Amino acid sequence: MSDEAVKIPKALDGLGGWFDDRFHGARGVRVLMRKVFPDHWTFMLGEIALWSFVILLLTGTYLAFFFVPSTQEVVYHGSYTKLNGIQMSQAYASTLNISFDIRGGLLIRQIHHWAADLFMVAIFAHMLRVFFTGAYRKPREVNWLIGITLLLLGMIEGLFGYSLPDDQLSGAGLRIFQGVLQGIPIVGTYLAFFLFGGEFPGNSIVPRMYIIHVFLIPGLILALITAHLFIMFWQKHTQMPVLGNTERNVVGQPFWPYFVLKGQAWFFFIFGSLAVLATFAQINPVWLYGPYTPLAISSASQPDWYMGILEGALRIMPSWEINFLGHTLTLSVLIPFAVPLGIIFTGAALWPFFEQWATGDRSEHHINDRPRNAPVRTGTGVAAVCFYGILWAEGANDVLADNFQVPLYTITWIARIAVIVVPIGAYFVTKRICLGLQRHDTSLLTHGVEIGIIKQLPDGGYVEEERPLTPEERGKIDSKKVPLALPARGHPDDNGVPAPSSRGVMGWARGVANRAFTETVAVPDGHGNGHGHPDGHEAIEGPEHAGVGAGEPGESGEHGGEEQ
Amino acid sequence: MSEIEEPAGPRRVIGTPSPAPVAVDTAEKPAEPPLVTDPPNKAHASRAERLVAALFVLAFLAGCGFIAAYIGLEVGSSNIPAGASAVDAAFRSNLALGLALSVILLAIGTGSLIWVRHLTPNIEIEEERHELKSSPKDRAAFKAEFADGAAISQFTKRPLLRRTLLLATVPLALAPLVLLRDLGPLPGTSLRYTVWRKGLRAVTLGGLNPLRPGDFQPGSMITMIPQGYQDDANALAKAGVILIKFEPGQLNFPDRYSGSTLIASMNWSIDNSLVAYSKICTHVGCPVALYEQTTHHILCPCHQSTFDATNGAWVIFGPAARPLPQLPLMVDSDGYLAAASDFPQPVGPSFWERG
Repeated sequence: MSDEAVKIPKALDGLGGWFDDRFHGARGVRVLMRKVFPDHWTFMLGEIALWSFVILLLTGTYLAFFFVPSTQEVVYHGSYTKLNGIQMSQAYASTLNISFDIRGGLLIRQIHHWAADLFMVAIFAHMLRVFFTGAYRKPREVNWLIGITLLLLGMIEGLFGYSLPDDQLSGAGLRIFQGVLQGIPIVGTYLAFFLFGGEFPGNSIVPRMYIIHVFLIPGLILALITAHLFIMFWQKHTQMPVLGNTERNVVGQPFWPYFVLKGQAWFFFIFGSLAVLATFAQINPVWLYGPYTPLAISSASQPDWYMGILEGALRIMPSWEINFLGHTLTLSVLIPFAVPLGIIFTGAALWPFFEQWATGDRSEHHINDRPRNAPVRTGTGVAAVCFYGILWAEGANDVLADNFQVPLYTITWIARIAVIVVPIGAYFVTKRICLGLQRHDTSLLTHGVEIGIIKQLPDGGYVEEERPLTPEERGKIDSKKVPLALPARGHPDDNGVPAPSSRGVMGWARGVANRAFTETVAVPDGHGNGHGHPDGHEAIEGPEHAGVGAGEPGESGEHGGEEQ
Repeated sequence: MSEIEEPAGPRRVIGTPSPAPVAVDTAEKPAEPPLVTDPPNKAHASRAERLVAALFVLAFLAGCGFIAAYIGLEVGSSNIPAGASAVDAAFRSNLALGLALSVILLAIGTGSLIWVRHLTPNIEIEEERHELKSSPKDRAAFKAEFADGAAISQFTKRPLLRRTLLLATVPLALAPLVLLRDLGPLPGTSLRYTVWRKGLRAVTLGGLNPLRPGDFQPGSMITMIPQGYQDDANALAKAGVILIKFEPGQLNFPDRYSGSTLIASMNWSIDNSLVAYSKICTHVGCPVALYEQTTHHILCPCHQSTFDATNGAWVIFGPAARPLPQLPLMVDSDGYLAAASDFPQPVGPSFWERG
């Protein structure tokens, strides 16, 4: 209780009244102010992406005041004297102008570029958090799909953004982009000619990328972020599996004033960190690259980090090209363009639905999983990270070869083998680690925590002292939920309906997937054991709690009602 | 510190009766009790308050510094003293403005964080969560109303209207695609040809000088472009060639066939020592700019496709699927290098219609 109530100033009171007279907001906004935000450090990752985007809009608008999106050739005479007398596009000249003739221009340009890189890092980190904790599960599948779309849009937005200055490095990237486009079967040459207004490089690409970069894609991103946040708000946030959190509540701090203050702190931290980077860490010094000319290239040409996977995929390919009914199918371009991102984006988009199909679990989930308690998901996620990481590193194979003095072709051969072998191995290793951690949890439940004191027994043997788990520790371990095993093949249910796994090839595949998803470390019955749990079993799920171990009767009821 | 990190406030569920007995026989929800508003440790809070205020003052001072640096540190060659480096001026301004901005933002951020962690009580509240699915009753009512509306609209009863409306919208939906047609010319056969033609002289990219076969030494490589096209980026992006000179006997053009088509034995070298290959990589079009004299390998720095220059520019590593096309060379009447014709096959990245 407060010592003295805060007196709302008359003017503010009057203004609030004025709006309420017109919009009837007192009740709704009051609910908003008490909106609960669960607290966990990983819930800030998405917020980094949000604030980076705000900073991108602010700095981008400033840059647009000075940038000239034109490939009109000019002869440069300006502050960067090393390029005096050189022919270049207005786009490149105006970028030099922003960097050397506008006070603060270089700073804003570098903040903008760093913010774009951070935006993509934050989206990836947020996406990994959502994946590994299972936060994409029903009812949040739509928001997961919106997130994947945002990631894809961010990649294109970034590619077009760093290509705008028309410098030598980004021009090479654009040439690669055009060459890939041209290789697409049937429509490729038409796509390339329509986007570039004819042959490469032409004079249309810079103004076209500009309007896409400053208007079309930011508009889409803004709309999708709005939808993303609204859905998050409407469905309420997920929460971590800690004592007191259930599927029926949301525990955390209210929007007003906590989230306002924390959001403010976080925004200024992110903006401040970007300012530090822009001050001390030079990024994209286009004046060193020179203006784009089609016959020049520098070695160690790497794109911005989020395009590295495509670059690596292009580098890893053997020279495959086939002639298909008199047409050229250039697999050494098409496969790297479509397959890695296709696997990752399509796989991510389908995963929630695959998991529902494999587990038969159609219920709502608001408590996040601990990654160890979903070994198949965690293993798949780690495999995807390895697959992505190897291709990404291969995108800098020339830099790696140079720094580690390994022959270039050796690195490419290592990557060619590793990109297939490592993800598969990583899946199985991760799955085993997860099950091992589950076994550890089980031993904590049945034996308690070893406290490091060893006692000698009267008969000479030694035992280590253990203490029982605290309610908090037990609540965390008790949060484990294992999907139901589907009925075995060929076992009709009480109504004579055959088990799903008996229905053809798909049914068989579903049975196989289900066995993988339901593999778990069972906890012996009555694990409230001799170490004494004074308060019995304080389940964090309340009556809904589905105990540890597959196929407990309490769990089947939970799924049953949702199937229709 | 530890005493203020524990949750101090009461935990309750919004929308449920508070623990205290209250009358719940009215339709109105019971009033929610006010939250605790004061931090548990007042002395600690006062110290935190002074720290936050100091940080905010620091941000204010840094803000003044930002404006001062903006006014005081000029950039651009026309605003700084003659002879001074405009690059240094820009970097100096960047350092000063960036430092000031960093301090402003981080001071406000740190201040806000200390504020919320040390000056507010650590209150956790709890909200109910309900299943998102509507009740069967609401769903049924929705369906009924929707069906009523559909019936009123006549949409279901009059298929003629429904189908003609659909018909009417098809061209409208296609119209935006049609409008995109003029974004560029059709590819036609333009990707098959370059500006090279019989007798067109090759000049160096750097100095635009024509070359005689004897003008340069074995072992060297030079980029050549068609004379008169140095300002035509579209022409250069296809027509650039690399000219390489070998010792006599080093060049070897194997016969290579794809099906029945001879693809790499056309020996258009001059004196069996001088050969010109397209500089545009057959993978995705980067300039193949690296030439290793000892191995005679041409390397594309983008994706490391490696071509054997002594052997018809055959691919020996990397993703490129085809050798670099060879430009047929001749010596014109003045003794300078010129093209004997256009490239015999399309240069650059593969495309569907290439065949």
